[in-house]
Amino acid sequence: MTTLTTPRGEVLPVQSEDDVVRVRQAVRQCALAVGFSLVDQTKLVTAASELARNVLVHGHGGQVRLDVLASPRIGIQLVFEDHGPGIPDLDRALQEGFSTGGGLGLGLSGSRRLMNEFRIQSQPGDTRVTVIKWKA
Amino acid sequence: MDRIPILKLGDCLIVSLHVDLHDRLALTLQDDLANRVVSTGARGVLIDISGLDMVDSFIGRVLGNIATLCQVLDAETVIVGLRPAVAITLVELGVTWTHVRTALNIERGMALLQHHVSLTAPEETRDDPDDAQR
Repeated sequence: MTTLTTPRGEVLPVQSEDDVVRVRQAVRQCALAVGFSLVDQTKLVTAASELARNVLVHGHGGQVRLDVLASPRIGIQLVFEDHGPGIPDLDRALQEGFSTGGGLGLGLSGSRRLMNEFRIQSQPGDTRVTVIKWKA
Repeated sequence: MDRIPILKLGDCLIVSLHVDLHDRLALTLQDDLANRVVSTGARGVLIDISGLDMVDSFIGRVLGNIATLCQVLDAETVIVGLRPAVAITLVELGVTWTHVRTALNIERGMALLQHHVSLTAPEETRDDPDDAQR
């Protein structure tokens, strides 16, 4: 692939459940444009849905930045940001089955498994989760 | 407000999910299905998710809750039409559906439900065993 038609640096708000659906659709379109396999598209969209919901439920809203990476390989990077209370115990939050939101507790641990790279930093007022899926 | 239509066929209720589900819609479906099981006395619930290109942990949980809820109301639930990519992602995500029955497609799902309904029907209305196989 030589040309990328996907807009770079797209920023999407995450303030409502409808926004979560819009994030899924934007990520799906981007993954399709970049040429991800159907399975990788699905993994990427699912992880995006989990993390966007976290922004909404735990962070009281925020945004996601969507970037297409060209080096070292082609990939999609998503950065989820919120200004909520933050995650006091990151290790615990990353444990499977741990949840304070009444879910299954798979949001962080599950999306980490679905993506190739996963970075999280959190302090009160500033939580940022950066994930990358490389094109196979 | 949006609602997902619930169809009735004999003793069964049928739901086909096609729209990209937002969380409230999934929870509304859970309530609507429970109410319809009670009002119709349905013994089986078939949920076709072949139209969903993604099932995340929230939707997975709601589908699991629906199955448990219906079981408590004496109705069996079968989820059909999982796309391969969705199934792979669900497993990798860590969603385990311990009480959820699945079937490949609507046809096999309905056969499973009919079998269940005929096995658990009261004695006087129980179908001829030969009928259940047709």
